[in-house]
Amino acid sequence: MKNRRQSFWAGVRAELPLLMGVVPFGLIYGVLALNAGLTPASAQMMSSIIFAGSAQFITAQLVREAVPGLVIVLTIAVVNLRHMLYSASVAPYISALPMNWKVLLSYLLTDEAYAVTIGNYEKEGVTPSGHWFFLGTGLTLWISWQLSTAAGILLGTTFPESWPLDFALPITFIALIIPTLKDRPAIAASLTAGAVALFAYELPYKLGLMIAGLLGILVGTFLEGRKSPKAVSPPVSPDHGGPGNGRTL
Amino acid sequence: MNIWLVLLLGGLLTFGMRFIFIYLLGRFDVPEMMRRALRFVPPAVLSAIVVPELVIQSGQMNLSLMNFRLLAGAVAVLVAWRTKNTLLTILGGMVVLVLLELLF
Repeated sequence: MKNRRQSFWAGVRAELPLLMGVVPFGLIYGVLALNAGLTPASAQMMSSIIFAGSAQFITAQLVREAVPGLVIVLTIAVVNLRHMLYSASVAPYISALPMNWKVLLSYLLTDEAYAVTIGNYEKEGVTPSGHWFFLGTGLTLWISWQLSTAAGILLGTTFPESWPLDFALPITFIALIIPTLKDRPAIAASLTAGAVALFAYELPYKLGLMIAGLLGILVGTFLEGRKSPKAVSPPVSPDHGGPGNGRTL
Repeated sequence: MNIWLVLLLGGLLTFGMRFIFIYLLGRFDVPEMMRRALRFVPPAVLSAIVVPELVIQSGQMNLSLMNFRLLAGAVAVLVAWRTKNTLLTILGGMVVLVLLELLF
């Protein structure tokens, strides 16, 4: 059993490889935000107030297009809807923590911290120091996001546009997805979501992302429910084998 | 609307969405159906983010071999699957993309 410090540093170490994708993304955000007409102070503060990469990119874009503030706020909310799913997903593992921990970990609940943390919880279950792992992933990401944003704002447009730095983040997500494809329902969930996201791409405010995510989850859950409990591959959680016809969605 | 007000409201909403179920599920039990569904959040949501990034180019779907991002993404999938190593996956995908763009 790991103690607090070991868990914290294990979280930090697990998050480090992802910085390969996050840091270039933060750099680009800093550059784009200034180009869109944000002041250095507001560009930097957005990284700590909103702390969600894709929403920040879109906000910068909308500020540039002089879209009304209320529309920007609503867009941020819709683009970040997926965080409600992350919230529901980690909630059972941290339900026993005191409120100040829940607030802090909620603030740190980004795509990258979530993916690493939920992987750890699924492997190790709830342990007395598990939330320190979560804190380690979240703080590592927070610090590197603030620093890379600042670097982007300072460097401005000095690095060549031909570098495909923006590709680092999707590649990072690929590294996060593949280990979650442990069985057929998970693979089906991934393929469904990917395909739907393509066809729903034209929808405004990244709504396609949310629809695709939900449909993927639905397909995965349905396929898993259809399998007889015997045929189920080693479950992630021990309370996995419910009634085989759980088609209540 | 003032930019600071936009950031503040956007930040509050974002925090609220990250917090809501963490807050609620301390008070209520998770229904069994939802518990099973949540296992599929990472593969589904992350795939919905990634696939358009690889396939859509300047607003158009591009499934041809000339879509270097798609090729590099496929290499990254292979590397991730064979090695389970995050760093190698990112490096592999980036190197392939840079090489393709340099060569063609």
